[in-house]
Amino acid sequence: MRKPKISTVVDHAVLIAGSLFMILPLLMLLQMTTIPDTELIRTGPSLTIGDQFDDNFNKAMFEASGFSGENTGLSMLKNSFILGIGFALGKIVIGMLAAYAIVYFRLRFATFAFWLIFTTLLLPLEVRILPSYEVVQWLGMLNTYQGLIIPLIASATATFFFRQFFRSVPEELVEAARIDGAGPVKFFIDILVPLSQTMIAAMFIIMFVYGWNQYLWPTIITTDEDMYTLVRGIKQIVQVLEGAVVPEFGRSNVLALVAVIPPVLVVVFFQSWFVKGLTESDK
Amino acid sequence: MKQVQLNNIRKTYPNGFEALHPTSFDIAQGEFCVLVGPSGCGKSTLLRMVAGLEDITSGELQIAERVVNDVDPADRDIAMVFQNYALYPHMTVRKNIGYGLKNRGISKEDIAAKVDEATAMLNLGDYLDRKPSQLSGGQRQRVAMGRAIVRDPALFLFDEPLSNLDAKLRNQMRIEIKALQRRLGVTSIYVTHDQVEAMTMADRIIVMNAGRIEQIGTPAEVYHNPASTFVASFMGAPPMNLLSATVVDGAVKLVDQVICKTQSQGRVTAGIRPEAFTLDANGPLAMEVQIVEELGAHRLLHGTMNGETVTVLVDNDVMAQTGPQRLSVKPDAVCLFNVTDGQRL
Repeated sequence: MRKPKISTVVDHAVLIAGSLFMILPLLMLLQMTTIPDTELIRTGPSLTIGDQFDDNFNKAMFEASGFSGENTGLSMLKNSFILGIGFALGKIVIGMLAAYAIVYFRLRFATFAFWLIFTTLLLPLEVRILPSYEVVQWLGMLNTYQGLIIPLIASATATFFFRQFFRSVPEELVEAARIDGAGPVKFFIDILVPLSQTMIAAMFIIMFVYGWNQYLWPTIITTDEDMYTLVRGIKQIVQVLEGAVVPEFGRSNVLALVAVIPPVLVVVFFQSWFVKGLTESDK
Repeated sequence: MKQVQLNNIRKTYPNGFEALHPTSFDIAQGEFCVLVGPSGCGKSTLLRMVAGLEDITSGELQIAERVVNDVDPADRDIAMVFQNYALYPHMTVRKNIGYGLKNRGISKEDIAAKVDEATAMLNLGDYLDRKPSQLSGGQRQRVAMGRAIVRDPALFLFDEPLSNLDAKLRNQMRIEIKALQRRLGVTSIYVTHDQVEAMTMADRIIVMNAGRIEQIGTPAEVYHNPASTFVASFMGAPPMNLLSATVVDGAVKLVDQVICKTQSQGRVTAGIRPEAFTLDANGPLAMEVQIVEELGAHRLLHGTMNGETVTVLVDNDVMAQTGPQRLSVKPDAVCLFNVTDGQRL
């Protein structure tokens, strides 16, 4: 047998250690969903695998945790999906349109407009949360999906990425399309959007995960329990030992686990496109 | 019939740079017209103005007897082949060629029929469902051609279409383009910086320099009767020899030897094509040959004559060595130019 090189051993050791470091918390979470809450309080994390997963899962997904009986895990999952997808698509559409205007039209203040959009990166939601709330409230969009999504979709990041991408599209393509009789709308839909596929996929991943993980804004904008998202809803479940109430660790852990899965799936599903979109362009 | 007419067409950029001085010429129906000149001479700008991709600062442009100064490129009845082909990367060959027709609201059956016809003409039948990235350079070039001919336009515009191909393919495509143009009889404007392309393809050559037309003429006219020293040195490889000569009593003297007659006086520049010299033991001119270049069918002798660089082309049956040689020159093969502005006398 060939003796493995010392460098290979070291490489693998580092990689395995890194993987364990990343995956152990998730495994612990999984373990904690299988044992009764009382035992969890008594022993803390352990190596035993219990039989409570089904119970916890049913409770988490189908039993309401609040007063109204509407914020089951399932409804929260739905809300999270609507927020994540709406947020991602909204950002992509707005970002692409803004970049299209900036790159392809001879606007007088195109560069100025771009940098203006860019500086909004310095003003994240947290800075303008009160005025944003005021506006949404005034528009009567509290506790609606529109209120949850629209104030968040203006995106300097997406605009920037699409601008860079559009600028790399050869000028002749625009000219060929003009001679072929494609107007601005046709050029955008027939040529630019298909060319941007990989870029759109990359943006979708980033923005979906970003939207999915929104916590502060949903917490402020949604007060109806049927509008809760997963990330916000987990907080609703009793997690502290208070008086004689046993915290529902199992249930909240299942929800945490459920909340992790969709972003993981999105990344796994889109990852080849993601890498393509950020590294190469097939022109 | 005049298919394209330019009347004092001029291009000035906002920064004041005059890319094209007022320019006028006509192109006849079915003519293959080549615009040739060095980089930055304004030939591409002129073509793009005809295409409608650049605004015309002043002047009047007519295509098929219609003033099109303010007409959208799509409505000028033109088709253009770009230097890098500008194929839509995400569309198949079929869709690339049919896209312009689709945008004009032509029915699907008609598009399919026209695309089939065009691709059959270009031998692209087997590649209809491939994407541009799966094609070779020559095939991409053909698709770009197909996109142009399928529209059956009044005017073809070519913007250095062969400069991305290797030398062998370039020669082949040159012949194909020329043959296709002959067959379709479509008026064409072809921009290139390669004088060989210009000479071999053109019905008429327009030589441009620094935003102005230097000369318009058939390839033979431009070659044998250049209008200026610029044209003389730009067209032809190796270029025309430009030697300083003096006129004494109507006789042009090169190194004290009379080579031809003229009306003008004083100093002139004598332009002599390398093949206009002949090796002649009794010839009047003395040349010092430094390098003999073997070209197969010909030999090129590089050397000096009275301190000026001279190139002489001889057939391969003429033996030639380095060292001193005697030359003679045909008087009617000498072109005389003004020393100061380089214009033909």
